Amino acid sequence: MSAALEWQAIFFWLFALISCTGALAVLFSPNIVRMALYLIVSLGAVAGLFFLAGAEFVGAMQLMLYVGGTLVLLVFGVMLTAQREFIRLKTSGGEWILGLFVGSALLVVLLQTVAVAGWKQPLLAESASDSAVGPVMYETTAEIGLALTGVRLNGQHGFLLPFVIISVHLLVVLIGAAYLARTKRRQTREG
Amino acid sequence: MAIFAPITVAHYLAVGAVLFVAGIVCMATKRNALGILMGAELVLNGANVNLIAFGSDFLRPQSLGMDGQVMVLFVIVLAAAEAAVALAIVLNFYVNHTSIDVDQADRLKG
Repeated sequence: MSAALEWQAIFFWLFALISCTGALAVLFSPNIVRMALYLIVSLGAVAGLFFLAGAEFVGAMQLMLYVGGTLVLLVFGVMLTAQREFIRLKTSGGEWILGLFVGSALLVVLLQTVAVAGWKQPLLAESASDSAVGPVMYETTAEIGLALTGVRLNGQHGFLLPFVIISVHLLVVLIGAAYLARTKRRQTREG
Repeated sequence: MAIFAPITVAHYLAVGAVLFVAGIVCMATKRNALGILMGAELVLNGANVNLIAFGSDFLRPQSLGMDGQVMVLFVIVLAAAEAAVALAIVLNFYVNHTSIDVDQADRLKG
């Protein structure tokens, strides 16, 4: 059991390192094409973190929808607009200093909030006495599917209404985006 | 070592905090409109990491259960919608101004 624990810790630190490094590389890279690549790496590592936390369906959705859908959309946007002078847009030094100052202050506050005692207590330290294997691995796909259709196994509220709302929202948004992104004839004199 | 061995919710929250702050600073400092969009994606993913951590049975005795994972699914769908609309707006901006630098979008400035 301790060996399994060690492996979870090792893979957690691996994925956490990749995702944080990717996020910081997105922040500090001046090149928009490289930023897109680093973002893909970072979000893929976040999917690995989801798998490690036992959310395998959400991790797969992160890979398929986020990395495979949304980021491909972003890469298309980069390819359509990355002309010569727009590949690298330099930020001025004063904005960097101000942004990094505010960002590091926010990071310090957040990291202090993280250190609440109840969130640092590990699960297996107390449940190791009664069960030797810790939580049982179970599949979350059927439970998520039932919850989205309004059925919960433990009697809590389902998510049918938010699911319907978000479906209609996605449909409306995609139709609106397709309408907005059409290439219209360039007006000779605008507004 | 206590900081390495058992992975707790706090570790996930720290990763989420780093992603969130990187996204915030990215949104604040980038001049490319698509860079700002990437910062927004990073912020949403920091929030997703937090939700997954609180909803995981592997990290904490009292977890949110399935609610955290369903909320992450909603956030992923909303992020896809947001990216589609923002990309359409950015392409329109590019067609009208032949530029993608948000510092040049100052026509409404008083």
